Amino acid sequence: MNKVQNNKAWFLVLPVFLLVAFSAIVPLMTVVNYSIQDIFDQNNAYYVGAEWYKEVLSDPRLQDSLARQFLFSGTVLMIEVPLGIAVALMMPTKGWTASLSLIVLALPLLIPWNVVGTIWQIFARGDIGLLGYAINGLGFDYNYTSNPIDAWATVLLMDVWHWTSLVALLCYSGLRAIPDAYYQAARIDRASSWSIFRFIQLPKLKGVLIIGILLRFMDSFMIYTEPFVLTGGGPGNSTTFLSQTLTKMAIGQFDIGPAAAFSIIYFLIVLLVSWLFFTTITHMDKDKVKEQSYD
Amino acid sequence: MTNNKRIGILLYALFVLLPIYWLVNMSFKSNEEILGTFSLWPQHFTLANYQVIFTDPSWYNGYFNSIYYVVLNSIITLAVALPAAYAFSRYKFIGDKHLFFWLLTNRMAPPAVFLLPFFQLYSSVGLFDTHIAVALAHCLFSVPLAVWILEGFMSAVPREIDETAYIDGYSFGRFFVRIFLPLISSGIGVTIFFSFMFSWVELLLARTLTSVNAKPIAAIMTRTIGASGVDWGVLAAAGVLTIIPGILVIYFVRNHVAKGFALGRV
Repeated sequence: MNKVQNNKAWFLVLPVFLLVAFSAIVPLMTVVNYSIQDIFDQNNAYYVGAEWYKEVLSDPRLQDSLARQFLFSGTVLMIEVPLGIAVALMMPTKGWTASLSLIVLALPLLIPWNVVGTIWQIFARGDIGLLGYAINGLGFDYNYTSNPIDAWATVLLMDVWHWTSLVALLCYSGLRAIPDAYYQAARIDRASSWSIFRFIQLPKLKGVLIIGILLRFMDSFMIYTEPFVLTGGGPGNSTTFLSQTLTKMAIGQFDIGPAAAFSIIYFLIVLLVSWLFFTTITHMDKDKVKEQSYD
Repeated sequence: MTNNKRIGILLYALFVLLPIYWLVNMSFKSNEEILGTFSLWPQHFTLANYQVIFTDPSWYNGYFNSIYYVVLNSIITLAVALPAAYAFSRYKFIGDKHLFFWLLTNRMAPPAVFLLPFFQLYSSVGLFDTHIAVALAHCLFSVPLAVWILEGFMSAVPREIDETAYIDGYSFGRFFVRIFLPLISSGIGVTIFFSFMFSWVELLLARTLTSVNAKPIAAIMTRTIGASGVDWGVLAAAGVLTIIPGILVIYFVRNHVAKGFALGRV
């Protein structure tokens, strides 16, 4: 669509700009301010330059939780994206079963995050939870509060349970947008169901998949509440992710300077990775415009 | 549809529902039964856990607080995002692409980063422990997404409709409310779904910005963990009650969401 050049459109954007500026720029500048000063009390603050950044970057606790965070986000994406596509392909397309499966799938997305943690805390316990009881009943020694591997598996399983639905719903809507003519052409060509998936469905899912991956990356990278409730970051520090390390630092120990420097680094990492995704999306839009202009 | 698909989707639905069933199951048991015997359904069905919540104002006010700020958040989000999305979908203006990306970056900011400055900012303007503070803080995440979704829906409406309406003598305001909004109603449904979703489920900011008067239910739940151990029954009952508003919202927007996800860019 051709857009009209009109700078008066700024008036329509102004409310959003002011609102987001109030809740984003002011706090962000505060964080930047803290990250370069050593503050004893309100009247004693000294400029320390990049001191906190150096300290934070060489802190092994942070390096560990950063590594854990990347491992977690990577694993979660590798499980949830293929599983989400598979679920979307299996979902019924018509009738009451379609509505019902939409509702069931959306359910985990609308449960408060700490309740998600609570549900799995209960569900996975060996004494009162179905999952823990069943696994122990099968003869495996499973206890997520004392064994780091069990804790990891439980946190991963919880995240898959919680968020695969988002990928599935996005893909489901992407699949509905494919015109019937494509499938008819494939039937005439006697295409196998694999080649239908590979050459018709997957290319059409590209757009929603990028959005899905983007959202899943950002949210899994910021995960805090669910593992906090489920494992409390333990056993040891084995499931302590970045947000938890940060809040421990900022609120638990009141190391405001390093915590602020940490915040900035954290934000920049998310921003950098997301920017890569975003440029991919805009490039795709450009390609689309080109295709349309050839028609 | 083949049988394999049917079995697959049934298995996945089972995986989704089983943990929730377990929570519901526990909410109807007494603590002695939860800890004493292991059973797949309540042996001695009891409503005592729910009674604890419904008879104590400090419990049930938590639900009202949460619903209050979630509704506020949805209203503010829609009010500011609708005109902005219209501007992005219809006009080119100085800095439009940068502004759009900057809005999205806020969706990428980890809440933990904003914890301390938010606390100080809202305290200094006297909004600490009010519903509006939580609603505004959640706008940081809901507004960028809302602008994004609505922009997708609005771009799908042809420009000619706007132009015809202006030729017919409609003012911008009347055109927007009478003609344009009904055309993108499913987009609005999806937007409400998403702002509800992200505001209802968030706890970190909501808990930090409130102490007594606007405390969300999710924060009140932590008090079931006391010196004498965890009150599992009440915890489960409180959890079950937080799922119900979500079910209602999905039920009302289910048709919009099915259509909506496909139409919009999200």
